[in-house]
Amino acid sequence: MPEQLMQQIINGLMIGFMYSLIAIGLTLIWGVMNIVNFAHGDFLMIGMFTSFWLFTIYGVDPLFSIPICFLLLFVMGVAIYRFIVSKVMKGPMLAQLVVTFGVSIFLSNLAVYLWTPDFRLISSTFFQGTWDMGDFNLSKPKAIASMGSIITSICVFLFMKKTKIGKAILATEMDRESALLMGINTERINSISFGIGAALVGVAGAFLSTYYYIYPQVGGLFGTIAFSIVALGGFGSIEGAFIAGILVGLAQTLGGFFFDPAYKYAIVFMIYLITIWIRPKGLLGW
Amino acid sequence: MRSKHWLGICLSLFLIVGFLSSVQAQQKVIKIGAVYPLTGNIASTGLDNRRGVDLAVDIINGKYNLDLPLALEEGLPNLGGAKIEIVYADTKGDPKNGMAEAERLITQEKVVAMIGAYQSSVTKTASQATERLKIPYVCSDSSSPTLTERGYKYFFRVSPHDAIFAKDQFNFLKDLEKNKKIKIKTVALLYENTEFGSNVGKAEKKYAEEFGYKVVADVSYSANATDVTSEVGTLVKSKPDVLMHASYITDAILFTKTFKEMGFAPKGILTMAGYIEPGYLPAVKNDGNFIIVRSTFALDLAKRKPLVAKVNELFKKKYGIDMSENAARSFMAPFVLAEAINRAKTTESEAIVQALLQTDIPGKQVIYPWQGIKFDPQTHQNIYAQGTLVQVLQQEYVTIWPFDSAAKDVVWPFPAWKSRK
Repeated sequence: MPEQLMQQIINGLMIGFMYSLIAIGLTLIWGVMNIVNFAHGDFLMIGMFTSFWLFTIYGVDPLFSIPICFLLLFVMGVAIYRFIVSKVMKGPMLAQLVVTFGVSIFLSNLAVYLWTPDFRLISSTFFQGTWDMGDFNLSKPKAIASMGSIITSICVFLFMKKTKIGKAILATEMDRESALLMGINTERINSISFGIGAALVGVAGAFLSTYYYIYPQVGGLFGTIAFSIVALGGFGSIEGAFIAGILVGLAQTLGGFFFDPAYKYAIVFMIYLITIWIRPKGLLGW
Repeated sequence: MRSKHWLGICLSLFLIVGFLSSVQAQQKVIKIGAVYPLTGNIASTGLDNRRGVDLAVDIINGKYNLDLPLALEEGLPNLGGAKIEIVYADTKGDPKNGMAEAERLITQEKVVAMIGAYQSSVTKTASQATERLKIPYVCSDSSSPTLTERGYKYFFRVSPHDAIFAKDQFNFLKDLEKNKKIKIKTVALLYENTEFGSNVGKAEKKYAEEFGYKVVADVSYSANATDVTSEVGTLVKSKPDVLMHASYITDAILFTKTFKEMGFAPKGILTMAGYIEPGYLPAVKNDGNFIIVRSTFALDLAKRKPLVAKVNELFKKKYGIDMSENAARSFMAPFVLAEAINRAKTTESEAIVQALLQTDIPGKQVIYPWQGIKFDPQTHQNIYAQGTLVQVLQQEYVTIWPFDSAAKDVVWPFPAWKSRK
């Protein structure tokens, strides 16, 4: 096997799992409400800062701040839905399109105001350093975060398929009118999905904060990639987002490695373009 | 009837007073525009630039016992003690905004000159606006060589540019080979792909050939990357003796972490820009040690230059932190402009440009290790500008080259990651 290939595959998978977790939250909101949540990256940033401050002030390891991030972002998501998004849902299409954009600008600038634009890293977490595996190095925080991402994704999947609320969310996604006729409170489902979408990206933020730098604009980078993953995987499809996230991670690292790193994002978006050309609904979209 | 009469008198008085005070204000305040990335990806850098500029303006407008232009008097003596006022505009790090904001500052805020914008790509568009509207622009914080190769009439640069820095890096390698009796054969080039990085890459390729080093990897990347493992993989594969990296701050942090994670340790890592920003070391801590950065300023200069120590003291008093390289770079532009406007005795553009062409600030009046400030009549680049190299040793930037002004001996080779704590 060529030198470095194994390393690149591992790295591609690890960043891919992280993308998946971020994208799952986004696809959920998109699928249920047909709303583009431009503030998704900023939710990620809030999750990262939450875990950073819990670590810095109370010495809580990011792995233990995951439930807190989940709850906090859930409440925030529900609140943003109730007080901002739901009002606009009744308005014209354009208003729906820009409302989350406004939330995004507000959140990132609030973060600059509250916490300055400086870069921060969580210095000493429970898992740090690398495992030397002979052929390749395995970054401990990235490996743990990947595991976490897989487990969380499975949980979401089971939640959607097995629980009553999950099934109601799926029903609303498929056909809002019929769901309403069947006695599902779609307004409640909307706010729950928005909350869960935000909570999931909060969890992703906590994992990401164990190895990535944290600053108010960090969401932009991940947000853009998450959009293309959701489109690639199929709007509203959780399995699709999971698979597409891994695909994008692999395409990015391997593409960059075999061709020229300068083209790695071009390769990612080319795969995306080809997919939607052949299958406009995305890999697993309806 | 009577009350109406009074009202008329009052109104006209108001108008007269208002008019007079506005005339006075015009004499007393000279507005200079400053475009910086105050929000967005590199807002932390913009904040730092702003600190440098604000301190410079304090010194120009106030009375300070310092050997800096206009420090001893309040304001500009030749213009009746007029004060400098900086009008800031936010570029968000985007060249589009750079141009739009520069235009706004000139047409609406009526600034008489411009400084800023740190990122070369933004300075490029902002200076297109000033050139078109015929407003002088003094830049001391952007380093792309092309900025002073455009033949602009109103654009001047105080600081060294990247071709100078790139050449310095190779001069350093040659000096090092001689000094330590070692052999360095190969270099890998790594640079971000906008105006700044790609021009550095171009210059480095040229000098590598000229100085006889083999380029074994030539990697450009987007500074907005979420993951750079494929870039580092390419570098590891090429096994260079020395890595040369031109980056902004986010990518500098990300690469440092990835170097460590993937065990990439060439004999030397020579870097630019991102690695010397104040946000870098607090973020990476000990992982930043032993990296070599180009610099125009290092606090250890204070030992040879008392002025640096005094300025840093003022800086520390005002902001509670030591002066960083970026703050130090932005610090000088307001002085150069104010000194020229003072000699021109007017705020009229052509006169300021003429005065700038006559600028000759001696080395003892600048806070960098230069012979002074004097602009080339054709390119308007400061002919005395030069760089130094600093190395991060125990989380501090220490001057290591030129060897005769080094504060400490360079640590070479770069220690393997595993041997470090």
